[in-house]
Amino acid sequence: MIEVRDVRKTFTVRSGRLRRRRTMVRAVDGVSFTVREGEFVGYLGSNGAGKSTTIKMLTGILTPTSGSVRVAGLDPARRRTALARRIGVVFGQRTTLWWDLPLRDSLTLIRHLYRVDPVEHRRRLEELTELLDLGPFLGTPVRQLSLGQRMRGDLAAALLHAPPLLVLDEPTIGLDVVSKATVRGFLERLNAEHGTTILLTTHDLGDIERLCRRVMIIDRGRLAYDGDLERLRTSVAADRMLVVDLARPAPPVQLDGIGVERVDGPRQWLRVPRGMNAAAVVAALARRYEIADIALREPDIEEVVTRLYRTSGAFGAE
Amino acid sequence: MAWNAPRRRLASRGVSVYPWVAAYSFRRHAAYPLGAFAEAITNTVFGFVRAWIVLALWDARPGLGGYTAADAVAFCFITQAMIGPVQIFGGLELTQRIRSGEVAVDLHRPVDLQGWWLADDLGRAAGTLALRGVPPMAAGLWAFDLTLPGPAGWAAFAAAMLLAVVTGFALRYLVALTAFWLHDDRGMQAVSLIMSMFFSGMVLPLVVFPGALGEIARMLPWAALIQMPADVFLGRCSGAELWSVYAFQAFWAAVLLAAGRALTAAARRRLVIHGG
Ligand SMILES: Nc1ncnc2c1ncn2[C@@H]1O[C@H](COP(=O)(O)OP(=O)(O)OP(=O)(O)O)[C@@H](O)[C@H]1O
Ligand SMILES: [Mg+2]
Repeated sequence: MIEVRDVRKTFTVRSGRLRRRRTMVRAVDGVSFTVREGEFVGYLGSNGAGKSTTIKMLTGILTPTSGSVRVAGLDPARRRTALARRIGVVFGQRTTLWWDLPLRDSLTLIRHLYRVDPVEHRRRLEELTELLDLGPFLGTPVRQLSLGQRMRGDLAAALLHAPPLLVLDEPTIGLDVVSKATVRGFLERLNAEHGTTILLTTHDLGDIERLCRRVMIIDRGRLAYDGDLERLRTSVAADRMLVVDLARPAPPVQLDGIGVERVDGPRQWLRVPRGMNAAAVVAALARRYEIADIALREPDIEEVVTRLYRTSGAFGAE
Repeated sequence: MAWNAPRRRLASRGVSVYPWVAAYSFRRHAAYPLGAFAEAITNTVFGFVRAWIVLALWDARPGLGGYTAADAVAFCFITQAMIGPVQIFGGLELTQRIRSGEVAVDLHRPVDLQGWWLADDLGRAAGTLALRGVPPMAAGLWAFDLTLPGPAGWAAFAAAMLLAVVTGFALRYLVALTAFWLHDDRGMQAVSLIMSMFFSGMVLPLVVFPGALGEIARMLPWAALIQMPADVFLGRCSGAELWSVYAFQAFWAAVLLAAGRALTAAARRRLVIHGG
């Protein structure tokens, strides 16, 4: 569905008023990946890592400086118009809707834009209205919609022509918990029931954890990781956390190789380095303390990614 | 629940999207009567100011540029009425969209960028005509003795207006596209404003420009925006002359639209889209 080979995009930035200095920004610096039909892939990276630039190249808005891109069998930069009919795109920070028009009219205009058959349009609109709960604000001018409502409208707009591939650039940015849940639930169903391939860019690791089996992480224009989420957890070697409730409050416990992260009354958080046997740690603890309760926490994705950003460079893509 | 199955229908040729773009744009521009009212008042007041100046001028030099005093006053009001539709002061929403990066959305649509904005602009011109164009003309008619066309003259004028709007759009589209390259477009906007005010005949009819300056001014594209439709309105062109006016306008519209296409293609090639 998506085939990217050693793609680069370099921007020339001019600065200075009189003596113009030109600097090259390598926004995307040799990225390769493949996304197969039906996959749901998360695309992560810190600010300025090159995510949006990648997406703009995938959709044919920007022409790569070098390398090759194929999306839905087409070269995006050359066949932009044909491609637009085969993919749906949501730029979370922008809208495809028209500010002055009611949502319904915007969607009608989009129907004409993509030349969707009226009967089919009605059917899809009905379904999208139900899944995204658009009903209450279909007649409201877009400028009066809340961010969450607008985003749902934008999702509908991107999907009215039933594209087999959906590309999302930060679709949950600025949304509250409830709206996020609606959007996530919708994307999950779209992928599961319609088989729509989805590439999702986000800073919200909750999105990733809930939706994506596979993640790609881009760092300073290069892919730092591409693989499944579970393997990411183990390969980054983030430590596990042992949370113990002692019978009574005590000073931080002393165990070889174990750091105490936090103490709160009788509860202590112990960092268990990856590779150390947690059972042995628990046994050692039990010998010396009276334990009321115990829990072992796998590192969450947030922690994993933070670690990855910190150590990348030493971390090659596979 | 199978959406992706009936791909065969995708090619179904509906009505093209452009008429819809124009229709929605018309509605949008016809939808703010209060703002339109303020502009209509301003255009009317300036019509009166210009008419009095022109009357004083023609009083001193009757028949200047081949216009009678009634022609000159009619010229003032018809050109005031054309300010909105031709958007002689310049500007296209596209500029802001390039500046903010919103243009990424436009560029992703499966349509021609220039065609899209042309349709939008035609809708805008039509919406603007009724609300901002009619009042100055009506007020001028009520207060002064003006030269007015007959029914055939109105039809001839309507065609010239349409060509003027297209030519004006083509110019403004070119100016808007420069925002892809220039970080600060104020200079560009200022130059284009001066050119279009002066060389369109908006400040003074081009017929009173002396000698070579007049010759040149009448050959530049801006003449197609105001001076020529106004001359058609005043009934100064008939028969073959009328067709040569249309040909002149159509020529500039075609040249400028073609330049716009070339510039769009160039912008696409070395495109920079601002913002995340
Ligand atoms: N039009 C441009 N001109 C110059 N540099 C640009 C341009 N667009 C992006 N860049 C640079 O390219 C790099 C990648 O930008 P990009 O927008 O792809 O980041 P991102 O991963 O989407 O970040 P964010 O999470 O903040 O949205 C940044 O260093 C940015 O400054
Ligand atoms: Mg971005």
